[in-house]
Amino acid sequence: MAKYKAEPLKCWKKAKELRNEVYDQIAKARDKGKMIVAGGTESAISLPAGFDMEFFGGEPYVAGCAFMGKNDSGKYMKYFEAAEAAKFPRDLCACMRLSIGSLLCNSYAFGGVYPKPAFNLQTHICDSQGKWYQIMSEMEDVPYNALDFIPYEWEVENESEESKNLKHKYLKDQMLDIIDWMEDITGKKYNDEKFINALNWECESSSLWAQCCILNRNIPAVMDEKMMHSLYVIAALMRHKEASVKFYKELLYELKDRAERGIAALADERLRLLFDGMPPWHSLEIYRYMEEFGGVSIGSSFSFGVSGGWAYDSKQDTRIPAKPPIEAGVELKTRENACSWYAKWLLETNTVLRSLRFSGRGKNRHILDLARKWRADGVLIHLNRGCEGTAMGQMEIRSFLAENDIPVITFEGNHADVRDFDLPRTQATISTFMETLGLSKLKK
Amino acid sequence: MIEKFKWIYDNRHEYVRKWKEKHPDRKTMGYICTSMPEEIIYAANVLPVRILGGHESQNISQQHMTGMFCPFSRDVLAQGLLGKYDYLDAIGTTHTCQHIFQAYESWVLHKNIKNFYIPTPNTSQTPHALPYMRGQLKLFMEKVEKWIGRTISENDLWRGIELVDTTRRLMKHIYETRKSEIPPISGLDSMLMVVASQMSDKEEFNKILEEVINNELSGHKAKEKPGIRLMLVGSEHDDVKFIEMVENLDAIIVIDDHCTGSRYFWNTTEQDTDALTAIAKRYLKKPPCPTRDFPARNRTAHIVNLAREWNVAGVIEVQQKFCDPHELDKVAVSKALEKAGFPILNLEADVIMPVGPFRIRVEAFLEMLGSEELF
Repeated sequence: MAKYKAEPLKCWKKAKELRNEVYDQIAKARDKGKMIVAGGTESAISLPAGFDMEFFGGEPYVAGCAFMGKNDSGKYMKYFEAAEAAKFPRDLCACMRLSIGSLLCNSYAFGGVYPKPAFNLQTHICDSQGKWYQIMSEMEDVPYNALDFIPYEWEVENESEESKNLKHKYLKDQMLDIIDWMEDITGKKYNDEKFINALNWECESSSLWAQCCILNRNIPAVMDEKMMHSLYVIAALMRHKEASVKFYKELLYELKDRAERGIAALADERLRLLFDGMPPWHSLEIYRYMEEFGGVSIGSSFSFGVSGGWAYDSKQDTRIPAKPPIEAGVELKTRENACSWYAKWLLETNTVLRSLRFSGRGKNRHILDLARKWRADGVLIHLNRGCEGTAMGQMEIRSFLAENDIPVITFEGNHADVRDFDLPRTQATISTFMETLGLSKLKK
Repeated sequence: MIEKFKWIYDNRHEYVRKWKEKHPDRKTMGYICTSMPEEIIYAANVLPVRILGGHESQNISQQHMTGMFCPFSRDVLAQGLLGKYDYLDAIGTTHTCQHIFQAYESWVLHKNIKNFYIPTPNTSQTPHALPYMRGQLKLFMEKVEKWIGRTISENDLWRGIELVDTTRRLMKHIYETRKSEIPPISGLDSMLMVVASQMSDKEEFNKILEEVINNELSGHKAKEKPGIRLMLVGSEHDDVKFIEMVENLDAIIVIDDHCTGSRYFWNTTEQDTDALTAIAKRYLKKPPCPTRDFPARNRTAHIVNLAREWNVAGVIEVQQKFCDPHELDKVAVSKALEKAGFPILNLEADVIMPVGPFRIRVEAFLEMLGSEELF
């Protein structure tokens, strides 16, 4: 008999609908005369929201390509091959290669031709991201701009306020320039009110997702990570929209209810695992494989952080959901104070952006904190050959966790390029890890 | 004196150790990326020392960095963990590529050493980069002041600027001489010169450069028959055996775009502001590496100009395996060069270069460059 009661998420259908709607709207945007803006999904997505536009975020699209490639590898492989034929090396960022391939094939994975943007707007969160849309813009012959993003250091480094102020002013001033630049290249008037609304929704969505993640500290976990990938993607794609806020409010309500009633994501939860890095989008069945042992992945630095707004609480030496402007008692009224808030929000609250640049002592402590607070019995680290950013510090994290008596294991792979991923070998690694933790497969 | 370049390169550790004996009251600071403001370090009377790899196989960095990070960064970290640079009093770096930064972070994590990090901008193309960079240089200077126990004056900074600018001017002069039909200095000696300048005291090194310019270049031929004129581009590259191999064939390297080459010293400091602003401006205006070249891609035009001015027949691009920034520029750089009529040979390097197989590829490239059009 199962240890806990499990129920499917009621919000599941809504999440799917919202996700499909985003991709559908991108596909139809040009026919409707609507502007498409493209860029990494972690870019300052609310900035172009001062225009009527659809944002075409690169990473979730690529994750979708890799996931769909499982059943229809033809198109997916064609994208990789097109990028390779254009001489882009195979060890480069797999998101970028799939995205370039999709453009070169003039093919949209969800059907039709590639949705060419009016311009690309990127945030230089890592070296590959900065170059990704520079290359795309050259190929598409559309304007390109990028925010130079230098995140605050981890708190343990005691970065001076003066240094933080310099970073904040640098980012804020660039944001203001980019608004002028967007008006210049589009010939359209920028609407500050729309931007401010988008920013409020973006911050609220991110904060709500962080609150959802906190509920996964519960035993049994109310979400498993495979489920979470379908949930945080809403913020990744459309956190600047009101519909995203509504969705996360609904989700939070449902998760609280699950926690109160002891509803599990996995009825046989026996072991809680924390993941580090991006998942292999093409092989999400590894999560199901863990479940055969009663192992549930309760989240990761990536799934908590990529769409989550987290503030550092110095008293508790941990991170808590960051307060969006309204909750913090701040009313954003002008373009200037909105950009100022936005710059601080991005520099301070996004733990993934920070960890793409800085690992070291800060990231070690952050992962240890996640493992302890979410009561993880072990950590799985995906040494991702397709992403240099998330690979920052991973080997140091492995040693640090082991020194702190947290069982940890690594496996090599690639989040988007299945050719770099060995599923049976990864499953064998997971089996070994489970066995060292005293678990064998559950009887069916 | 040219041979001194090689001596310093080969005996880099012995050089600094002896320097420390001669200057017991002065400190040393190792740095990895050439965007580190040496002017401020010299102004503090500290010796800046470029940290490079050892070009030997190693297995010590594997437990600290994933295998998909570039061999250069892994080699650099190995040097630190093996204690090869234990004589340094501090290490530092600027905001650079992720792989190099990982080498720096792991070094700091595992070696008890004073460390300085400057979060420099990734781009120089926004006007906001200058005040930001100046502000961060000021903070760096204040940290150095605390470390050495004295303040650094405006005059000290200008002294540092003049010292480093002199090295830059002298090396650029030497590079200019390579435009001649029979260059007086080989590509190998030029590379050794630049790297040696990064590893030695510029007070001493400038005297060597002056002697070379005054007494050794005039009438000197690096090779009796220089052969095909080549340019080197790509990621960090200081592999002596490879350059030696190329120049032992019917070819000579006359120009490069490297951080162990021209990119290190190409521009000097404009003296129309206060010293810190002048230093910030100089680093923002230096020829960019791929990580600092956005939103517009400006470095391709600079590379093509160098190829034209130094009248090369072809270009060899040597890129560290897994070096994402250079791989990301490779397609555009190759296209721009080919469009301008410069054939390019792309090679992928590791810590130890496979000179044999590369020789065959370089020979084939030279044969192609040397052949007359048949049709």
